[in-house]
Amino acid sequence: MVSQSPIHVSLRGVTKQYDSKLGRTHALGPIDIELRRSEFFAVVGPSGCGKSTLLDVIAALVPPSAGQVTFEGRPIGNTVPDGIGVVFQENACFPWLNVADNITFGLRRQPVERPEVERRLQYALQLMGLQEFARAFPAQLSGGMRQRVCIARTLVMQPRLILLDEPFGALDQQTRLLMGDELLRIWRATGATVLLITHALDEAAMLADRVAVMSARPGKILEVIETGWPRERDSQIVSVPEFGAITARLWTLLRAQSMQALRPEPV
Amino acid sequence: MRIVFYRLIAVLLPLTILEVLCREHVIKPLILPAPSRILVGLLAVIEKGAFSAAILKTLANVGLAIVLSVAIGIAAGAVIHRVRLLRALLEPLFAAYYAIPIYAFYPLFIVVFGLGDAPQVLIGVMLAVVSMIVSTLAGLDSVPAVLGKTARVMQLGPVETVRSVTMPYAAPYLFTGVKLAVAYAFIGVIGAEFIMSGTGLGYEIRFAYDNLDNDVMYPLILLILLIAVAVNMSLDHWDRALRSRRERG
Repeated sequence: MVSQSPIHVSLRGVTKQYDSKLGRTHALGPIDIELRRSEFFAVVGPSGCGKSTLLDVIAALVPPSAGQVTFEGRPIGNTVPDGIGVVFQENACFPWLNVADNITFGLRRQPVERPEVERRLQYALQLMGLQEFARAFPAQLSGGMRQRVCIARTLVMQPRLILLDEPFGALDQQTRLLMGDELLRIWRATGATVLLITHALDEAAMLADRVAVMSARPGKILEVIETGWPRERDSQIVSVPEFGAITARLWTLLRAQSMQALRPEPV
Repeated sequence: MRIVFYRLIAVLLPLTILEVLCREHVIKPLILPAPSRILVGLLAVIEKGAFSAAILKTLANVGLAIVLSVAIGIAAGAVIHRVRLLRALLEPLFAAYYAIPIYAFYPLFIVVFGLGDAPQVLIGVMLAVVSMIVSTLAGLDSVPAVLGKTARVMQLGPVETVRSVTMPYAAPYLFTGVKLAVAYAFIGVIGAEFIMSGTGLGYEIRFAYDNLDNDVMYPLILLILLIAVAVNMSLDHWDRALRSRRERG
């Protein structure tokens, strides 16, 4: 049974260290955050601060070196728990499958009846505006369309937690704004909790209910800012004065960290 | 359509020149009969069925060499890809492998495996398997890490990940390996039949050569040529179909 606690995801004292030939690298933490059920939570931070590592730890793709992650009240183990969907920055479409087969790839490997698979496929195609491209192959699509396919593939699994690792990183600014609108629409339609990892402050400020700002490596949470946006919102929110104030606040917090991240490391 | 026409011209023009040169005895029949005569000879050879057993035996051995080299090549490639130390040890050797004259080991194979088909198949496998291993390594290297992560998010186990994600992604590389394996298997088996065998197409060609029997030798050479070209063109067609899905923009 799925826990109905208002805290959907919890990280307590989570750290991550990597061992390499050059020695031990402290990549992340300690991190203590909680994601509330059905909220849109964004994480921003300078390059290399461990944002993607944080997402990997929550998704159980990478084990933490210390601390505990819980999802719906249960500790996360070595396998990705049911109810978590991930969209990566890189093109993760399967090039040998058409759009429809890409979207239903995971679903067809679950005990889901064929009519239900078809129903969810049609819903996802319609939600992502991909109806006309169901038989197209990824090579025939633009970068933005491929990312929609990956989002659709995540959505048909009906995840309760959607993790997005810079999903619009490779897209142009206009497409990013439009994709942001779509993401907000999906978030409202599904009621899922969304964790967005991004380096774009305006994207985080526009989309999220709360934005966590991370420090340079080892990444720690410096501050969590509440945006206070209504649930019904879209990209036009960038024109309200509060948006500028939030973005400025994020940049103030991040500027010193970004400078630090740019400094060359001692050899 | 125009490219097909030019291809036909590229094949038919030299053949026509050769035909004229042979018919005008510029090239003596003892050296090379006219292409039309070789073709008629091939039809006669097929009709009589005198070499059917040799043809079947060669094709069976080539087929076995292909199956073995593809199966061993993919399995070995997958293991070498996974074990870094093994890869560091073997990869430089693969680069030098085709400098080794495999046929030099033929006497050893006969001592070990006897005079049957085994040494011929083994030479075919030895020539073909490394290209399959190298292609498998290239294919597995090409699989983006994000697809592995995607498979884990979809809760696919290791076997299902290999079957449904890794292999399909690496398929074009594996297919290149199969095409090379087919070519090397033909070279290995028929070459081995030439050197020391009592049956097979290679043996029959050498026997005809020793007896200056051009009416048999050239039709059999043409037969090998046609089989190799037909197999290669079929594989190439399949390969193009496989790639076109992924690359059409």
